[in-house]
Parts: sequence; structure tokens; C-alpha cells
Amino acid sequence: MRPLSFFCMNFTSSRGAFAWIAAAFIAGTHSLAVAGTITVKGSDTLVILAQKWAETYMGKHASTKIQVTGGGTGTGFAALQNQSTDLCNASRKIKPAEIETCIKAFGKRPREYAVALDGLSIYVHSESPLTQVSLEELQGIFSGKIRNWKEVGGPNAPITVYSRENSSGTYEFFKEHVLRGKDFAASAQTMPGTAALLQAVARDKGAIGYGGAAYGQGAKTLKVSREKGSEAFEANEETVVKGTYPIWRPLYVYVNPELDKGDVSAYLGWIRSDDGQAVVKEVGYYPLPPHLRKK
Amino acid sequence: MTHGQNSSRRTAGWAGIHRGHRARVGERLAEIGIFTVSFSAIALIFLIFLFVGREAWPILIQSDSVNSAAVQNVIPSGDLPKLSREQIRAYLGIDAAQLARMDSETIRDLMLVREEAFASLPQSLQMDPDARRNTVRWPLMIPPHQWAGYSRPEFIWQPIGEIHKYNIVPLLVGSLKTTLIGLAFAVPFALGAAIYVSQIARPRLREWLKPGVELLSGIPSVVMGSFALIVMATVMQQLFGYETRLNAFVAGIALGLAVIPLVFSIAEDALTSVPRSFTQAALALGASEWQAAWQIVLPAALPGVFAGVVLGFGRAVGETMIVLLVCSASVMSWSIFDSARSITTTIAAEMAEAVTGSHHYRVLFLLGTILFAVTFVTNLLGDIFIHRLKGRLEGKR
Repeated sequence: MRPLSFFCMNFTSSRGAFAWIAAAFIAGTHSLAVAGTITVKGSDTLVILAQKWAETYMGKHASTKIQVTGGGTGTGFAALQNQSTDLCNASRKIKPAEIETCIKAFGKRPREYAVALDGLSIYVHSESPLTQVSLEELQGIFSGKIRNWKEVGGPNAPITVYSRENSSGTYEFFKEHVLRGKDFAASAQTMPGTAALLQAVARDKGAIGYGGAAYGQGAKTLKVSREKGSEAFEANEETVVKGTYPIWRPLYVYVNPELDKGDVSAYLGWIRSDDGQAVVKEVGYYPLPPHLRKK
Repeated sequence: MTHGQNSSRRTAGWAGIHRGHRARVGERLAEIGIFTVSFSAIALIFLIFLFVGREAWPILIQSDSVNSAAVQNVIPSGDLPKLSREQIRAYLGIDAAQLARMDSETIRDLMLVREEAFASLPQSLQMDPDARRNTVRWPLMIPPHQWAGYSRPEFIWQPIGEIHKYNIVPLLVGSLKTTLIGLAFAVPFALGAAIYVSQIARPRLREWLKPGVELLSGIPSVVMGSFALIVMATVMQQLFGYETRLNAFVAGIALGLAVIPLVFSIAEDALTSVPRSFTQAALALGASEWQAAWQIVLPAALPGVFAGVVLGFGRAVGETMIVLLVCSASVMSWSIFDSARSITTTIAAEMAEAVTGSHHYRVLFLLGTILFAVTFVTNLLGDIFIHRLKGRLEGKR
């Protein structure tokens, strides 16, 4: 999707007038709402955490109001770009095409803050004898090269691969970091959500799937090793924060640099402080290690 | 709206007041109201088609303005002073007004983003000839293609990734597969039930059965889909012992359950409207009830029954939630025990994150156009066939 927004602009210019009116309207309502109110929009993965942050922060700073909505990472970036939100939650890094639209809209690259860590778990059926799997084996299984459990030390049974819909940030992350850009097997079942994926994995003896750490019930979670034969780790606070558990990702908040002052700046600072990071643990994600907090 | 012989009189004094019928005013208003409603419904459908078609248009005519190549030409930001304003506009895709507002710092930054994006691509991709190809061209969207990393040409639908692979054939096959399984399951059951209820069942039983079957259509498709995902898939895997738990077969049967009430209802109406005298004549000549129903009433009601099947096809091919929940792997296979991904599933699942105006967005609208065309053509052919059949049954040909 990278190089594209460039071409999109050509089509939309016919609707330019309408877009300008809409943008002006949104900008107008926005500037009215600014006094003491912070709007947050974006990733569904982050929405629960962001709401908890907002609640806790508002409890301490009565003068600040924070509105949190989800809608997906892409939706959040669109809102950031037309300035209908102050902060954008993202479960993946911003794409070059999205940076371009932001520069075109407000002349600057959005500023990026890592706010929490998330570890992705690998799920199999609860009766599977397997306890661990390596990154290389995962790549083979999810790209369709490995089709039988006996190739990774399991019983002689076919593997059923469960994946997420390609609109999900988790899908993109998995494809980029575990498959290293390779395609998912065509036979991979794409499920509409992590909960649905777990439903399916729990009922299918040959199943394997992936999803956020906070969901792991009804199926067995495998330990993951970086290489075949090296030590395998399960996802917990220690291994994810240290980076020994290999499938983890930072979650981000993006902001227009011009808005990063006053209340917004204070709120962002608080999120990354010890207080804010304590909320992260409460919700089930992992706090930022010190070296990621500094920036 | 019937326009009898008095229509000329009516238009002369459309309110009908001069004839002293005050009630006519209300009648006329109701008529205009109904006409407006039905006309706007038709106009709306037409407008929807225009909207869907317009978004897909650049791909349909294979316009150069949509380019999904992973690697595109990059002009180094150092070359900025050498570029004319026209070249900058064309390269960055901005209009004159936007360019006028930007200072050279911003333009340089935009060019840098492009450069960085190119530099961050893996080496293997920069060398891959496919990375420079526009993947929304027909030769890459319909016939199989051997992408890097594959051992033979394959039909691949993987829109998200470095190279956007948009082969639509697995989706067409997926839609066709689930729909045909659904119809093959639903039509015999629905027809059998319709014949039984309309011709053979005792009146008391009929009064229970007809609403009973029609109640099935009140089940929301998301409920039906969840039921198929959680319960039916397991039961059927135990019954048939196939390998993939969630496959086109389960989805087809669940679709069939959703289609049965529709086909049943229309077929039952058609069968009931065959004059009773047909059956009575057959029975008087010594036919059994089944013979009368099967050989006399069913052929007479065939146009109506066929209309039910055509509508059932339209419902099945357009159904989204059931197929979305039960199976959605874009695998290219004709086996009914393999998974499938339907056109509707693809649109529903991918539209939310497709950037407006991007190639992904336009390909999804292309799929919508195809879906629209398929249902339109089936309904049209069905209609033509029904008219011919009616003509033949009434002895006009």
C-alpha cells in the first residue's frame, strides 16, 4: 500500500471542494473542543488500555477531559491527518504513504511515542503434545511449507492454520516479522477476531493460530524460541520486556507535533511515566523498558 | 397505477374535485406517494450501481492512474532544484494550490519520505521484477502467476504485503462453490416441503408447517453463522470425517438453511395458486396424490418455482455473514471439503481498512461490480426463462 496515497490524490481532486468544506467543518468543531479536551482515536487493540489511561488520568486532573474511540489503526491515521483527533493510537508503525498524507495536510511528520509492549501468543489445541516451536518452524507452518505436525516433532496429523483478516494490524505484524514478508498459506483460515480464532483453535485438533496475549483461554499457548534448538520462552512481563520472547511489538501513539504541548504533552508524559505504565500491567499488556521511554 | 379509459378525464381535473368526489383527492395523493416511493427505490438502486461502478472504473478501463507496484520510481531529494514545478506536482501527486502553500523544506521532506520508504524495502524485493509490475492489470488478476517464492504459477489473493497480489479467481470460485452447495442442499428440501405443504398436508397441519418453515427466515444470519462455526462444523466433521473443519461444505449447508424459507415460501405460493381443478381432474382419473402433485401441479407451477430458485441464488450469492464466519481462506480449489473465500466476505472484511481511492479500495469495488453484474444477469436470464416457460404452459408457443 506504500506508494499509493500519491495517486489517490489525483482522483479525489474532483471531490476537492466537498472535501475542503468537510475539512473546514471538522477543523472548526475541533478548535472549539480543544480547550481542556483531548481526543484519542485509532487501534482497537489499544482502545481498552487507552480508556483505562484516560479514566485514571481524569481522576487526578479534573480540568482535563479525554475522549477515546476505536475504529482501527488506519482510521486513526486518517483522523490524525484531517486533524479531527489529537492523538492516534496505533498497533503498528506508520506507513510512508500515511506520513506523506500527514505532511501534505499539516506540513510535518507526526511524532511517534511508544507507549506499551504487546507479546503475540501462538495457540494450539489443548490436547496437542507440543510445548514449543521455533520462529523458523512458525514461518514454515504459516506460509504452508510445513503441512504436517510430525515435521515439527508432533504426531502424524495435518496442520490447520488459522490467521486473522488482513485488515488487522496483528496480521500485518505477523506477516512482516514472523513470515518475513512471505505470503500466508492460501489455505490459512482467516478469522474475524482473536476471540473467533480461539473458538476455532479450541475445537480443531490440528489447529495453530496467533493472537494478542490477553486472550489465551480455551487453547494451549506454545513457548517460542528464536532458533531451532535454542531456549524457548513463554510470553510474560519479564521475557517480553527483556526481548527474549521473540514475537513482541511496541504499541504507539502518534501526535501532530504542533499539538504536542500543554495538556496533550503532559498527558503523553504521564502515560510513559511509572504511573501510566502501572495501568498497562493492569490491562494485560507489558510496560515499556527504560530505553524505550526516554525518546 | 391503472390507467383505464377515463385516464384522460382524470388528468383534466386530476384532483377529481369537479366530479364532487372529495375522497379522490386523498386517493390521488396516495397514488403519487406510492409512485414516488417505488420510483425512488428504483432510482436508488441505479444510483448505487453508478457509485459502485464509478469507484471501480479506473480498474475496469485499466487506467494508468492506479498503480500498485511495490517499487516505484524515486527521485532523490537532492535533485529538487533541478525539477520544474510541473514535475514536482506530478511526482508528489499534489495540485497547484497545495504546492503553492508548501515551502521547499516541506517538499524536500516529502521526497525524503519516498526515498526512505524505498531504502527500507528488503534487498530481495528491490531486485524482484514483480515488484515493479502494476498488479491490478488483468494478466495478473485473472490467469495464475508465478510470484517469487512459489514453485509454480498460482492464483493468489494477498492484498496486504510488500507486493499486492490481487488474483480474483479464488474469490469467484469461492462464491460459486458455496452458493451452489447451498442451492443443491436447499432446493430439494424447500421444493419437497412446498409440495407436501401445499398439496398433501391436511389443512390443520399446513397451518402449523408453513409459518414454522417461514420462521427460519427470521434467524439473523450472524446467529446462523455462529451456530455453523461452533456447532455444525464439529458435528459434520465427525459425520463425514473430512480434514478441514471449516470448509465450503459447512458454509454451503448453513447458507442452504438460510435460503430454504425463501425458496419454500415462493414455491409454496406458486403451487397453491394452481387451480384446484387440476388436482381434482387428476385424482378423478385415478392418479395418486403424489402423482397429481408431481406430474400435474408442479409442472403447472414451474415458472413460480423457478423464480423462487433464482431469488434463492441471489440471496445465497449475496449472503455475507455466514460465509465470513465459517470459512474465509482464499484457496483455489474446486473440492467442496476445502475452504473458500467468497466475494462478499472479502468486501466485508477488507473494506474497513482499505484507504479510500487506493488500489485495494478500487479492487474491492471491482468485486462489488462483478457481484452486482452476476445477480443482475442471473435475475434477467431467470426472468426471460420464466416468461418463455409461462408462454409454453399457456399454449402460446
